[in-house]
Amino acid sequence: MSEAGIAIYALPARAIAARMLGGEMMVMSVRDSTFFTLNEIATVIWRAADGKTPLEEIARAVSEEFEVDFATAYQDAEELVSRLSAHGILQVSGQPIEAGVQPASMSRNPRDVGHPTGEAP
Amino acid sequence: MASCAQIHSAVSSETYSVAVSVGGTVIALHTGSAEFQRSLQQRYGHFVVQGCVPDFEFEIDLAQPFGSERLDDDVRVWSESGTWFFERGDFRAQWHPQTRQGTMTHLPSVFAVDAILRITHTLLLAGSGGFLLHAASVTRNGSAFLFAGVSGAGKTTMCRLAPPGVTLLTDEVSYVCRMRDSYQAWGTPFAGELATLGENQRAPIATLYLLEKAEENRIEAMAEAETVRALLRNTLFFAREPEMVKRLFENACHFVERVPVRRLRFVPNASVWELIQ
Repeated sequence: MSEAGIAIYALPARAIAARMLGGEMMVMSVRDSTFFTLNEIATVIWRAADGKTPLEEIARAVSEEFEVDFATAYQDAEELVSRLSAHGILQVSGQPIEAGVQPASMSRNPRDVGHPTGEAP
Repeated sequence: MASCAQIHSAVSSETYSVAVSVGGTVIALHTGSAEFQRSLQQRYGHFVVQGCVPDFEFEIDLAQPFGSERLDDDVRVWSESGTWFFERGDFRAQWHPQTRQGTMTHLPSVFAVDAILRITHTLLLAGSGGFLLHAASVTRNGSAFLFAGVSGAGKTTMCRLAPPGVTLLTDEVSYVCRMRDSYQAWGTPFAGELATLGENQRAPIATLYLLEKAEENRIEAMAEAETVRALLRNTLFFAREPEMVKRLFENACHFVERVPVRRLRFVPNASVWELIQ
């Protein structure tokens, strides 16, 4: 649940290319060639972002798997989703997202954080 | 790949043709100027082939492509309804992969033809799993070694320091061709500071090195994600269509899963070649 009390749903955008290689998830925007390498936790969040599972539930699973407190896991997940969304790599909505359907955008401004290592190739 | 046979005849008697073979793909260039034909023959040297049916053909119109106000260096490449358009301040071109025909308009400059050929090859290679790489490449004992890096990284230096027995494929733009699950490097006529054409031959790629000048010679392993990022940085690609960019990404991933990519820290003297086997 976001600070505003809204559930957050995320789904990889269509205009991306993603590949797991050498234990790292690489994601590239095919619109502007921005390139991200996701760490282990970010990869778990990325894979769980199916547009149907609330971010809160994803963060809870991360909290249990990596033995971090839920508040930290949620904040990290929210920051990751915000940053990838800002680059058009994730679609984010306050409602479940169906694949292929453009969701209504979140009213909150995404916050820029330092999780992935975004860089144009 | 072109089959050798009678040279294409769909050109008038006033047309002068030069067929340039790079990576086994023959592109015929037709011009109305005998003088420009000689310039092209001189420019492409042993990459000029005779008696082959070309894979693709370009008609050259030797004219100012735009008004004099258009002198920018940015290349724009886009497709519309199956036709590719290439533009830069000094040229414009159209290419129809389906009909295998294209046109190019520019003043009598081989540099414009160079650029158009490179763009065409990047598009062709993207579809077959390969790419053009900003890298020098050589063959040694039947294997190809590539040395990638930005200008000043040492590509030409590595070629100049090469010992006897090393054959130059290019000191600037490497042609990487996918052969099912392996890769081959072909020589190219696209030269850098050496200003020397590579040999028009191919060899399986043994290793791609990312060059970095240092105080000592050392080869270092790299994480695969890092190699993909570095490969994409050094890949020549001009189209921005999402499907093409996605293909480029997939091609880079496929390559690093099958070809060793290493960082080569080197002192710019001949001793570095002791590491290249």
